[in-house]
This record gives sequence, C-alpha cells and structure tokens, in this order.
Amino acid sequence: MAETLAFDYTAAQARDAWPALSMPPVSRLTLALYCGASGDHNPLHVDADFARDAGLGDVIAHGMLVMGYMGRTLTRFVPQPAIREFNTRFQAMTRVGDEITCTGEVTAREVAADGTTILRVSVSAADQRGEIKTQGEAVIALPA
Amino acid sequence: MIDHRHIGYVSPPFTTPVERGRLKFFAKAIGETDPVYLDEAAAQAAGHPSLPVPPTFFFCLEMDRAEPYGWFDDLGIELPKVLHGAQGFRYHRMAYAGDELTFDSRVTDIYDKKGGLLEFVVQDNRISNQRGELVAEFTRTLVIRHG
Repeated sequence: MAETLAFDYTAAQARDAWPALSMPPVSRLTLALYCGASGDHNPLHVDADFARDAGLGDVIAHGMLVMGYMGRTLTRFVPQPAIREFNTRFQAMTRVGDEITCTGEVTAREVAADGTTILRVSVSAADQRGEIKTQGEAVIALPA
Repeated sequence: MIDHRHIGYVSPPFTTPVERGRLKFFAKAIGETDPVYLDEAAAQAAGHPSLPVPPTFFFCLEMDRAEPYGWFDDLGIELPKVLHGAQGFRYHRMAYAGDELTFDSRVTDIYDKKGGLLEFVVQDNRISNQRGELVAEFTRTLVIRHG
C-alpha cells in the first residue's frame, strides 16, 4: 500500500527536512530483480564468481538501484513532471545486507532564470551504519 | 589507458518502445508503492495518459541495445574494472508506456586522476520521442579502476 505520509513540497522552505524513505535490506533477490527489470545485466551485480575475480569480494548493488530509491523519495511527494534535474554521485558501494535509507533537505527555494520558483533538494542514501552511499541533488519546479 | 581520441565517439542510433509490463517490473524492482507507477487507471486518474517512465528508468532503456557494452569494447574499457561514478538527468517532458524513445549517445570527456590509477569516461545521452520532441538528457560518468 502507498504510504499516507503527508508532505506539502509546495510550502517547503530552505533547511526543511524531506521525509525519509527506508528500504528493506538489499538481498541477492533484490539484485536479481533489478538486473532483469533494469536491463543492466552487468555480472558484477549478480554473479559472485565474477565479482570475486574482479577484486570486489562479492556482488555489489547497481548504483542505479540506489538512485531508483532516491527517485522514489522525490516522487512520493512531487508530481514527476515538476522534477527538472536529478543528479547523483556514487560514493560507496552498496552490498548485500545493506539497509538503505534515503533522507533529504531543501537547500534552497529560489527563482530560476525563467521566472519559475524552484526548490533545490539535497538527497542522500546511507546504510544502517550511516555510511553515505550516494549523494544527490534534485531541482523541482513549483506550480505557478 | 583509454585513448582520448575516443572523445566524440557516437554509439549507433537506438530506438526502443516503452513497454507497460517492463515499467511494472521496474517498479517492483525498486520497491515502488505509488499506484501511479503500478496501475494504469491510477496513472490516468493522476492526469497521465499511461504509466509514466520513472525518473531513473531512462538510463535502463538505453541498455536495451543489442550490445549495451559494445562501446566499452570499442573504447577498450574492461567491464570488471568499471564502476558507476556519477549520473545526472535533465528532464524536458514526460514519457509514457507506448512511446518510442530514441537515444543519441556520445562520449564527451575522458580524463584520469591519481596518475592514471582512475580513469573517467563521460557519456551524454539525448532522448527524444516518436514526435521528435526532446524528452530528457542524461550524463553518465564511469570510473575505470586500475590496480
């Protein structure tokens, strides 16, 4: 079922926290489903033998799986057409068993060059130890 | 080292349909619970003509090429050494199930850090729909680890 958490992004101001999204631990099934659904069949994410030979010890999650979670953190509250930009840097590898929580903060509410009021939202994804896996920013246009 | 003459490398043009079942599978894979991304009627009730392509799925559609890693071979990039360093999207209009999206993909930068221990390859993608309208752009930055 969809969460019924309420958050009015149109009223958000700089330094407001964005509601967090917590995901269950990443399992090998999570990675297999993402491999098939995404079309990214890189064996590094699903084939433990390949990942060991590549020097990574074990499979690692697709960075885009984590970015997918971060995207959900936005679209839970923002109609997707309002999202203008979404940028991330992958800083640490996500591994089997990691529990990803996405958090965010509005960093600015400002008027863009075209006159639209926009929000800049910093979004990060961290594991259960607080290690930041991915750091990102989204630009969201507010209704006129 | 990756030859910097590959800056400007263009992948073969690629067009792919956006399939409804695939969008539902992707929604499941990222744990989606919002019915707008799962249920055609809910999407339409929210004002969409069909299931929307979610923000990060454009990246995935580009990998539906027959040889998604063909450009790695052409540039001399070894798959086991590759990590995804950064990813950025710029959105211009929505795309939906039933659309046909065309990807124009080009390598725009190659550089290295730490005396060549890390190499970076930047690829820009422009995505247009069956009406020729620009839908989105994305930039993928790959990191190639040596040693």
